Amino acid sequence: MKKYVFMASVAMLFIVSCKKDVNDTSDESELVPLSVEFDNIVGGQNLFLNTVTYTNGAGEDFNVSMFQYFISNISLRRADGTEYVVNQDSSYFLIRESDAATRFARVKVPEGDYRQLSFILGVDSLRSTMDITKRTGVLDPSGGMEDGMYWGWNSGYIFVKFEGISPSAPVDPSGQRKFRYHIGGFGGYSAPTINNIKKITIDLSASGIARPRKGRNANIHLMVDLLKIFNNSNNLSIATNPTVMFSDFSTNIANNYTAMFYHDHTEN
Amino acid sequence: MSKRFWLFSVGFIILVSCSKDIVDQFEGFRKPSHFPEPSYALNNNPITKEGFELGRKLFYEPRLSRNNTISCGSCHIQSSAFTQHGHDVSHGIDDRLGKRNSPPIMNLAWSPSFMWDGGVFDLDLQPIAPITAHEEMDESVANVLQKLKAHPDYPKLFKKAFGSEEITTARMMKALSQFMILCVSANAKYDRVKQGKEIFTADEQAGYTVFQQKCSNCHAEPLLTDFSFRNNGIAIGTNNDEGRYLVTLNPADKYKFKVPSLRNLSYTAPYMHDGRFYTLDAVIDHYRSRVQNTPNLDPSLQPGQGIAISDDEKTKLIAFLKTLDDKDFITNRLLSEQ
Repeated sequence: MKKYVFMASVAMLFIVSCKKDVNDTSDESELVPLSVEFDNIVGGQNLFLNTVTYTNGAGEDFNVSMFQYFISNISLRRADGTEYVVNQDSSYFLIRESDAATRFARVKVPEGDYRQLSFILGVDSLRSTMDITKRTGVLDPSGGMEDGMYWGWNSGYIFVKFEGISPSAPVDPSGQRKFRYHIGGFGGYSAPTINNIKKITIDLSASGIARPRKGRNANIHLMVDLLKIFNNSNNLSIATNPTVMFSDFSTNIANNYTAMFYHDHTEN
Repeated sequence: MSKRFWLFSVGFIILVSCSKDIVDQFEGFRKPSHFPEPSYALNNNPITKEGFELGRKLFYEPRLSRNNTISCGSCHIQSSAFTQHGHDVSHGIDDRLGKRNSPPIMNLAWSPSFMWDGGVFDLDLQPIAPITAHEEMDESVANVLQKLKAHPDYPKLFKKAFGSEEITTARMMKALSQFMILCVSANAKYDRVKQGKEIFTADEQAGYTVFQQKCSNCHAEPLLTDFSFRNNGIAIGTNNDEGRYLVTLNPADKYKFKVPSLRNLSYTAPYMHDGRFYTLDAVIDHYRSRVQNTPNLDPSLQPGQGIAISDDEKTKLIAFLKTLDDKDFITNRLLSEQ
């Protein structure tokens, strides 16, 4: 009995807290399209895979063979402070530089004037521990070692995968001077461990608020500067850290890459 | 009279066909009476005959590996209680060697975590690890799904198990879990004693007392493990495998590995996470006198001294440990490749 009371209270708390966040009761048919565009760049240059050499803050030359990351849990805030949280099941996106079509996260929202965009870079811990039947689409853990975004040996998603070649990287067992950054870690299931889930919040008021309307497709155009991975609060050198995966050091990279995103403009 | 005879014949035929049915009858998952409630979420994966049979076929399916040579059953051999007998570390694709000993597919419904380091927290996610590991199957799940879709039998088998021919990651994993969940070892002499059906010999009983005093702290009954992670004082391996630390990054977890169950020890040599001990004798001698003082040594063990077990106690302890052998489990046709 006690247990049920407790569960009911928890459920009520959820309902109450949900209500506060989602004060929209708009039904599905009233929603209109909105996209968030993730435009990957390197400092002042566009990102081209493999062919172009860039230089990081440590003066190391590198090119990029792979750059992909999860965007999830998108929400938007209006001027009056009310927020619309996109239906979670429709709020997971894998942005892959190798496939231009994936640069848009397409969601549906009520008509409105939105001044602030929030999302998670990575996959939230709840979804990271859900039953496998809830892991469809980009969350399907069926990818291979090369382009997959899932660690089979330590159940969890890779949030950001960034690889390339640099003369500063030591020769690896495959004979290449390759650097590999696979950043993940949702906080641990039965024991606490690193948590690299990052919530990103971007103010849209300076460069154009989003005004999604019926019959149109509003697009929030973000720039994603991967140079920030090397230089923000922590300096990262390819020579010193050519491979960073599931390790304490990965939190430095995750703290850096929260600064990758900035708002360029909005097409309404 | 002839009517009676006719009825009798019909009755006889029904009896005969019934007994045949009973032999093949699929009982699903039944919790042994002396076992605790399972930790696997059975509600999320109702076990059916068709699902189990599909899972069994997938378990013995070499298409799960890159070049179709290695199945789950290659390193988890039923006659060795679903371990890879005789191999210290697992022997996978292209003769590549892993870094750890193949653990048994046994009583996994009760296991709250998987792998020697507990890196996998859901049985439904477990097969992804060996399928993608470079030194095990070296394949991607996406490729496996393609192979299964192109196979003449699998679409039909998925339909029988799940209602449509669609082959997805979730369905494949759920089917594999259904097979693994039914790999229940609960019919050793120990179990029959617990259920009041048999009694221990004097030596076995004396060994049981030694076990209760000196081993059951970690190898808790009736599953013969408490599923915790501990450093049992074996010397650090040449590959410096840091065990549980690799998944928690907590320095207090360095060199800890999951406490393995003591069931079916006669079939599962060699022992320890890297298969370094070939005999039970060597294992007990380790605990008696060779415990090393490595970081995070379990507080129940004293370096150098270990656990006091006399030669006589050792003989009796081994007699008890043999009562944990479950011949039914390693010969059950239901769990074999068909």
